[in-house]
Amino acid sequence: MKPLIKDQKNILIVGVGGQGVLLASEMLAAAAAQAGYDVKQSEVHGMAQRGGVVSSHVRIGPSVQSPLIPAGQADILLCFEQAEALRWVHFCRPGGTVIVNLQKLVPPIALMKGHSYPEDPLAGVRRRAARVIPVDAAKIAASLENSRVVNVVLLGAVSRHLDIPPAVWEKVIEKRVPPGTAPVNNQAFKKGRSASSL
Amino acid sequence: MKQTESSDVILSGNEAVARGCWEYGLHVACAYPGTPSTEILEAIRQYPEIAAEWSPNEKVAFEVAMGASFEGARALVAMKHVGLNVAADPFMSVSLVGAPGGLVVVSADDPGMHSSQNEQDNRYFAKFAGYPCIEPSDSRESKDFVGVALDISISFDVPVLFRMTTRVSHSKGIVRLGERTAYPIKGFERDFKKFVVLPSNARVRHVWANERLARLRAYAETLAINRVEPGDPSFGVITDSVAYAYVKEIVPDASILKLGMSYPLPMEKIRTFASSVKRLFIVEELEPFIEEQVRAEGIPCEGKKYWSNLGELNPDLVAKGLVQAGAVHSSRPVPEPEPVIPRPPVFCPGCPHRGVYYTLGKLKATVTTDIGCYTLGALPPLNAGDTCVEMGASIGVAVGMAKARKSGKGIVATIGDSTFLHSGMTGLLAAVHEASGITIVILDNRITAMTGGQHHPGAGKKMGGGEAQRVEFARLCQALGVTRIKVIDPYDLETTRNVLSGEMENEELSVVITNRPCALYPPENRKKVREKPFRVDLEKCIGCHSCFKVSCPAISESTEKTAKGLTKSRIDPVLCTGCSVCSQVCPVQAIVRIP
Repeated sequence: MKPLIKDQKNILIVGVGGQGVLLASEMLAAAAAQAGYDVKQSEVHGMAQRGGVVSSHVRIGPSVQSPLIPAGQADILLCFEQAEALRWVHFCRPGGTVIVNLQKLVPPIALMKGHSYPEDPLAGVRRRAARVIPVDAAKIAASLENSRVVNVVLLGAVSRHLDIPPAVWEKVIEKRVPPGTAPVNNQAFKKGRSASSL
Repeated sequence: MKQTESSDVILSGNEAVARGCWEYGLHVACAYPGTPSTEILEAIRQYPEIAAEWSPNEKVAFEVAMGASFEGARALVAMKHVGLNVAADPFMSVSLVGAPGGLVVVSADDPGMHSSQNEQDNRYFAKFAGYPCIEPSDSRESKDFVGVALDISISFDVPVLFRMTTRVSHSKGIVRLGERTAYPIKGFERDFKKFVVLPSNARVRHVWANERLARLRAYAETLAINRVEPGDPSFGVITDSVAYAYVKEIVPDASILKLGMSYPLPMEKIRTFASSVKRLFIVEELEPFIEEQVRAEGIPCEGKKYWSNLGELNPDLVAKGLVQAGAVHSSRPVPEPEPVIPRPPVFCPGCPHRGVYYTLGKLKATVTTDIGCYTLGALPPLNAGDTCVEMGASIGVAVGMAKARKSGKGIVATIGDSTFLHSGMTGLLAAVHEASGITIVILDNRITAMTGGQHHPGAGKKMGGGEAQRVEFARLCQALGVTRIKVIDPYDLETTRNVLSGEMENEELSVVITNRPCALYPPENRKKVREKPFRVDLEKCIGCHSCFKVSCPAISESTEKTAKGLTKSRIDPVLCTGCSVCSQVCPVQAIVRIP
């Protein structure tokens, strides 16, 4: 028998094309489903490979209807990039949690007149959200000598705020990462998990 | 509570359609790629029981599926909404023939135009042709409804329009897997009066098609996927597609009539439902397709008064409309977003299109462009794209402009390889026939890149990677009657400029073909495309920002400044593929290859 699911969580994962937002949200959805949740996940791709904004809605609970999270109702906003945190912060519910990777990706348009990358995106996020957890995922990934595990570090960070057993996460990571990289990904996950305490 | 058994998997709507095809015994599937429909065929590829292939365009894909259905096979054709415009001729005419083996026509509409040039509502196509329109609202239904659609198609001898939307196609949910049921292929049964739509036969068949629609109307009344969910009688909602999920989210206790088939409508069921509630709302994305029909029956209802026909719906918009209507009393305030710098998509590092559009922009050409990644060449800072309407239009539009100007000088049509094979060849024939003086650039990157890297007849590969005959563009153009054909390396800016400016000046029709492959697809080619990356020599960089003008994501501002306070450039060595285009625009040779 699976445990009875009562918990309902809306997680919005945002970033820039190529950062691994979609893979991270697929892994989160898979872990939630294995833990017995109903799951809906929604993203729009097409421009994802070309440096565009990527957002993925993941909703888990006893029964999920809409694949989209209403604005202001995300329990957790997981941001792979600082300016993207600011773009999507209005999706976070009052009292919700914002996890922000410290990476900044300045789009080429910032080189043109009339556009500029925000001076301090994190400060802007803090103005609108009470609970902001910065995570230096690149630094953690560098400590593991593998720059490609950034998305799994961030997955670890978000896992701390969800009721999904560690064994389930481990199984999902093993299944979804390239062969032979499960140990480093599991380490990345654990480091991310411990980095996201307040 | 939902339990995840071993047979439960998470699938996107498109993957679920593919799974449904397998489980319900489909034999043949084809498509031309187009967002948001592409993944249907990509997922079908994993099932060897289904003969699947990319077609050169949607019309051909439709005809191949139609032929398979004539042979008695269960067939499916998938396309994006605007693809159905291309396939509209067979789509409309086969109504009078029927689909003996079963024919499911997937139209993936794009409300909100995430990746399209318009947001036409293809439910009208079902009404136009007199076909049933089946609309799943999530992944589970996307799989199950393939079975419903095939059943209806076979029993009524009618093609079925299976309407997906971006949100249904690309959202994921838990789907319970089943086994495949195999069906024999009956074989073609000759029937002159049915399969040959000469006017004398077609007139008789039109009467038959009308009768078929009447039978479908009656069938709609009993169809289980048109489902009443009884609830609070103060108002009722008729809804379809993903709008259903938003309505359930916002007013879970409302009375709902959920239409799994939105054409023909079950009018008696709707009448009964309407009389069971005090007010009736129609919540549907895009046009008032259901609303108009319900009104025409004299049943009072409200819909587009509260929900716009523009863009996608979402839970917030459904709530807002209900509040406006006074049906629900309060709604949370919707928080306003922060203004943040946009991230328009850009050409990838190493993209072979960059040099062409950079040059066309510099030459101030009138550029009629087309549908594909290269449409991005119209955006600043490249600014080389003056018109873009639909697949293949670049050449016809250029011919028309030249006709009106009485000169083709300076007019350049740019078109991708896949788009050229899709619907550019006939435009080129017009250019040849009319001796138009335009210049046509075929951007041959050997793949359909925009939709994620699908093969086409110019790629020399079949779906899944098997070898296929490769169309040679130079020989093809020669055979179509073009005499001036030049092949250029778009990484070589000087030659690109010389050839393009020469051909723009020339009053003869010319075709220029670029010869570099896509830097992104297929993924196994990425290493081959990559050469040693470049770096900025900060001693030499004068901060003129000429390199910014090639719009490469690998180039950004460094922290260094010149004596005049201008920011020097930097190149990300991980992103840089070594294409060298930026180094050729640097006036002081400050961009050098890393040895």
